[in-house]
Amino acid sequence: MAVAPPAPTLSPPSRSAGAGAAAPQPSRKPAFRARMRARSAEDRIQSWRPRWFWASLAVPGAIWLLVFFVLPFYVVLSVAAGALDPIFQTPIPVWNPFQWSGASFANLFREASFLWPPFERTIVYTAIASALSLAIAYPVAYFVTRYAGKRKTLYLLLLISPFWVSYMMRMLAWIDLLQVGGYVNKVLEWLHLMNSKNPEGWLSGHASTVVLGLIYGYIPYLIIVLYAGLDRIDGRLLEASRDLGLGRWRTFWRVTVPLSRQTILAGMFITVLPMVGDYFTNQLLSATPRTTMIGNVIEGQLDIANLQGDGAAASMVLLALLLIPMIYYVRSTARASRENV
Amino acid sequence: MATAAVPSRAAKRRRGPWRHPWGLQAFTWVYLVWSIVPICIAILFSFNNGKSQSSFQGLSMRWYTGTSKAFGSVLHDPTLHAAVVQTLKLGLFVTVITIPLGVGFAMGIDRWRGRTSNGMNFIMIFSFVVPELLLAVALMFVFLQLLKSIHLGTDAEVAALVVWNISWPAIIVRARLITIGKVYEEAAADLGASRFSAIWHVLFPLLMPAIFASAVLTFASVVDDFVLVEQLSGVGGQTMSVLIYSQAHGGNNGPALNALATLMLIFSLVVAGLGYVVYRVMTRGERGNTTAEALTSIAGM
Repeated sequence: MAVAPPAPTLSPPSRSAGAGAAAPQPSRKPAFRARMRARSAEDRIQSWRPRWFWASLAVPGAIWLLVFFVLPFYVVLSVAAGALDPIFQTPIPVWNPFQWSGASFANLFREASFLWPPFERTIVYTAIASALSLAIAYPVAYFVTRYAGKRKTLYLLLLISPFWVSYMMRMLAWIDLLQVGGYVNKVLEWLHLMNSKNPEGWLSGHASTVVLGLIYGYIPYLIIVLYAGLDRIDGRLLEASRDLGLGRWRTFWRVTVPLSRQTILAGMFITVLPMVGDYFTNQLLSATPRTTMIGNVIEGQLDIANLQGDGAAASMVLLALLLIPMIYYVRSTARASRENV
Repeated sequence: MATAAVPSRAAKRRRGPWRHPWGLQAFTWVYLVWSIVPICIAILFSFNNGKSQSSFQGLSMRWYTGTSKAFGSVLHDPTLHAAVVQTLKLGLFVTVITIPLGVGFAMGIDRWRGRTSNGMNFIMIFSFVVPELLLAVALMFVFLQLLKSIHLGTDAEVAALVVWNISWPAIIVRARLITIGKVYEEAAADLGASRFSAIWHVLFPLLMPAIFASAVLTFASVVDDFVLVEQLSGVGGQTMSVLIYSQAHGGNNGPALNALATLMLIFSLVVAGLGYVVYRVMTRGERGNTTAEALTSIAGM
């Protein structure tokens, strides 16, 4: 048995770092003379390089982000709140916010009976798929960080390998397997779980197939995030907990899980957000109205000129709904990177 | 657990807290088999001698190099061929534009502290998490309604993919900058280095592994990208992903799609393998230069 290390103080590292980050920042303009007198190397580098020098490095990337990321959302809002061409019924964007109309948004409410089922399905599928993903990914990531030992590299290589296989190929693999004459049905027949005269059409509108596809598609990203987070947990804390008499399960629930809460949250965002906007998994593995999700609805509306305004409005509503989790994620990421300084 | 009786030595070994979790290991292997075997089967079908994607009829290369008119092979079917070329073209263009923009952005944001830089950082991380479909919808309207000189097709795809991938270099290089700190530059400045030579001879070599890792990730993620490319591809401009998507559901193109996907996989693996080797060489002699470390860096952790 390992020798008990001195019990570390159990202050959560994130909180103490948070206190550090909250410390008042030095003001930007200290008295000029005092500054000249006490010139540390730090100060020298500041004057040696004007402030705009660093800013100018960021400008090209910032412009690209503003033009192709911020502006587009204004444009889509202008389309959603814009007018319709009286003859062709195509949307005409209205750039002036004071002339915006809510007609397209009102349309969404009028079509609620048509839009609600896909929306409901999106919530249910995403919830089930992300919960199952977590239930699979967490134990795997936990095993590889804690118990892989000398074989850690091998395990990592295997865990990362799906990351290098394109999404479409991973879906194609399941299309091959789930076809009516595919291996899944052959195995089921062999096990006498299915009658060979009445084969199951897994690819024609099974909700379970769509959920399987979502899990298979996004779980590699979740595992990578969880692995990185769990790997950062100090193993000494777990040893301390064991030495203080907690069993394996209680150590897991009382120490490991609380320490990995931020990681779990980040991992869930990384999987849930793309799942909500997913339309291709559904289209490839089901392609029936029985399993349509909100992404399919938006994507379908874009192909038809006089529905483009509604599509724009629907995507804006979806964005608004996702804004809260996204802002939460962005803030916690930004905070984490500031704490590391 | 105050009530627990003191267990015997043998019982302790059997149920002791440090025993190997065989159940967890079995679970991990079941997951690994589930995640990898379907892909292996799909690769196998690309060598199928028959037309089926569900039952195997002997090995052949006909879906790669076959010359039959009725069933296109990757080498001879013009659509499949064009998709391969378009994918590689996009990967190259986007990586070449994204990396300088992202690296400059990371350096600027890291050293230029202020409200504007915090705001830009916020927007950058936001671009990392926004669902791709929403960005694709928004960009489609931009190119159709506002910036009409950028036509749907390669131009629009490049513009969109650059903004979608700029967070790779921005996040990874920034993390590296934070770990490096300012000490090396300050030392260079104290030793008389000029503004540019300190950056060029001191900071850049230190950032090189991160820049390289993000280039590998950007390339791989462009090759794999689907949503933006599909929405913005216009008439031409289809990539391998889009082609697989548009033809996969009926399974009417036979194993040629599997062959295409296998080629894509080989591209990715070559890039990943090269990336891994170069990364190891670049970080030689650094602390924490382990195989696991290099693997995780190339996967964007």
